Amino acid sequence: MFLQQLINGFTLGAVYALIALGYTMVYGILELINFAHGEIYMLGAYITIISLSILTITGLTSKSLILSLLIVLIITTIISGAYGLTMERAAYRPLRHAPRLSPLISAIGVSIFLQNYVMLTQGSADKIFPHILPPGGLSMADVTLTYMQMFIIITSVFLMTALHTFIRKTRLGKAMRATAQDKKMASLVGIDIDTVIMVTFITGSALAAVAGFMVAMYYGLVNFYMGYVAGIKAFTAAVLGGIGNIQGAVFGGFLLGILESLGAAYISSEYKDAFAFIILILILIFKPTGLLGERVPEKV
Amino acid sequence: MNVFRKRYKSIIVSLWFGFLLFPFMGIEQSAITALMKSAISGGIIFCGIILFEGIKMFLTASGGIAVSNNIKGGLQSVHNIFKKAILNKGLLLVLLILLIFVPFALNNYYIDILTITGIYAILALGLNIVVGLAGLLDLGYIAFYAIGAYSYGILNTEFGIPFWPALLIGGLLAAFAGMFLGMITLRLRGDYLAIVTLGFLMIVHLILNNWDSLTHGPNGILGISSPSIGKFVFSEPIHFYYLILVISILAIFIINRINNSRIGRAWIAIREDEIAASAMGINVTTMKILAITLGASWAGVAGVFFAGRYSFISPESFTFLETVIVLSMVVLGGMGSIPGVILGAALLIILPEVLRGFQDYRMLVFGGAMVLMMVFRPQGLIGNPRRKIELMPVNRE
Repeated sequence: MFLQQLINGFTLGAVYALIALGYTMVYGILELINFAHGEIYMLGAYITIISLSILTITGLTSKSLILSLLIVLIITTIISGAYGLTMERAAYRPLRHAPRLSPLISAIGVSIFLQNYVMLTQGSADKIFPHILPPGGLSMADVTLTYMQMFIIITSVFLMTALHTFIRKTRLGKAMRATAQDKKMASLVGIDIDTVIMVTFITGSALAAVAGFMVAMYYGLVNFYMGYVAGIKAFTAAVLGGIGNIQGAVFGGFLLGILESLGAAYISSEYKDAFAFIILILILIFKPTGLLGERVPEKV
Repeated sequence: MNVFRKRYKSIIVSLWFGFLLFPFMGIEQSAITALMKSAISGGIIFCGIILFEGIKMFLTASGGIAVSNNIKGGLQSVHNIFKKAILNKGLLLVLLILLIFVPFALNNYYIDILTITGIYAILALGLNIVVGLAGLLDLGYIAFYAIGAYSYGILNTEFGIPFWPALLIGGLLAAFAGMFLGMITLRLRGDYLAIVTLGFLMIVHLILNNWDSLTHGPNGILGISSPSIGKFVFSEPIHFYYLILVISILAIFIINRINNSRIGRAWIAIREDEIAASAMGINVTTMKILAITLGASWAGVAGVFFAGRYSFISPESFTFLETVIVLSMVVLGGMGSIPGVILGAALLIILPEVLRGFQDYRMLVFGGAMVLMMVFRPQGLIGNPRRKIELMPVNRE
């Protein structure tokens, strides 16, 4: 029972971690809580289901499951990345030098807009989709690790490693780190800040979209408000690990997923969604810099 | 050539949006209808851009700067008129008399809409303290409204406590909740407040839905008694209209006094520059906590009134959507401006009533409008002129 909950929590945590990465990357560079980030995750889930149904109609899914999943994944990341890019260009870039409150309100506006756009075009009812991966998995005693869970954990760990390498090793990654440290100095040494911010938004959105892709297939169900709760939880994960810190977001995501899973099993399943909030409050009271974060002085 | 390049750019932008919108046009319909629909939306965006550019070109070409200045001046003078109306006791009296006698010309339905406008005006005024005056974003504002409504609902149905003491208790309980959240988050940077209050709203909603023995879950609380004075019981819509009118006037009076006091000036200073404000000896954290506490207390009062008016409350009435509506009122009307916020409340309640056919698109429009307002007119429809200067984007680096 305990081990099973741990596995479920780990799966859930992988999803939170992927979304939290987008929050933390944007916060690290722009010091902006991108409220619309949860909506990108929701869009990713919707695009997954829409493109999967189109592929099912064409009959590709029954011929080659792996190929069609790959196609869906590519479509999902591209379109969600495009949404992230557009969001930055239209709603955040004009406000980069405005007082802090303006981009926050603009972000809320984008979030509401996207939520209602999807509701109006796709309907307000839950969309249900049949499970596409074969059921079953590895069983030992009374603990089961389903293929879907394996898929989620492997994919997210792979993506996190890829992101880590990208940020540590590539030129663009270095530029991102430099921009996060000091925008003005970075631009003085010839880094194009606008490009870096655009890349940050595209990467973050693509990661959230993959999370949406996996959740859509895991639960086989999407709705237009799924980004709201997931957004709060992923933000909590980012704060838990120390906002602005990439490793922190991953760690926070997994930790939150496990805590929530155990809490739902042993304390109360009705108040499952409350644990994230209680953790957020406790972190803010006792260690506001997060578990892995360092103290960042307020910039003048 | 330049003109051509501009067209070219707008075509690219419209194609881009067509591409973004395409996937959501529906699995229900065939791919061709979806393509057509996204082409139409792309076309609308294209026309919008062309129109916008056309107006801009017209304004710059034909000495139109004067025109645009006139428009700006017009809005400014509207603000000044409002401001004068507030200062000028005579005009204020005329407005008051109008508000007192207007229900006699209306049927119950419209009186009820005016009453709802009053509730939202109080909510917007309270949120304006937090967002407009202190410059903090509170996304869980409706949670305080829910606390007010449920405290009256529970106290009345379980313990038989009448409306008037509940008005005080509800306001105080909401204020305590606000103070609690403020004390946790406002020691840190202001951004956290937004997400913590959002989470708080989620928790309040969970409690309202799940704590059956206290809140009756999703069914809500029925049979809350109406307010009464002696033998007189408020029962007709018009009675509630006058009650909310009195409460709103009280709210405007008190908030206006606070706004012009030492506290109000401290808030403005914090909003403009926190570090400079604390250097001038303002206790920034205390002032911020005070702002959210006072804002929450008005939401609590509005909540108690809401429970008294409808004698039925359920978690349905206290969703994130409501927060967004109130926030839109503050943002569209003008952050920091009392007449602006009241106008925002009136517009956002009355317009959807008039344009019934667009009810479904209401939230879509609010969301889009928030972004557009922030980008093009951050001070709101009738903004506070001082706030306008602050909100101008400046290069701070």
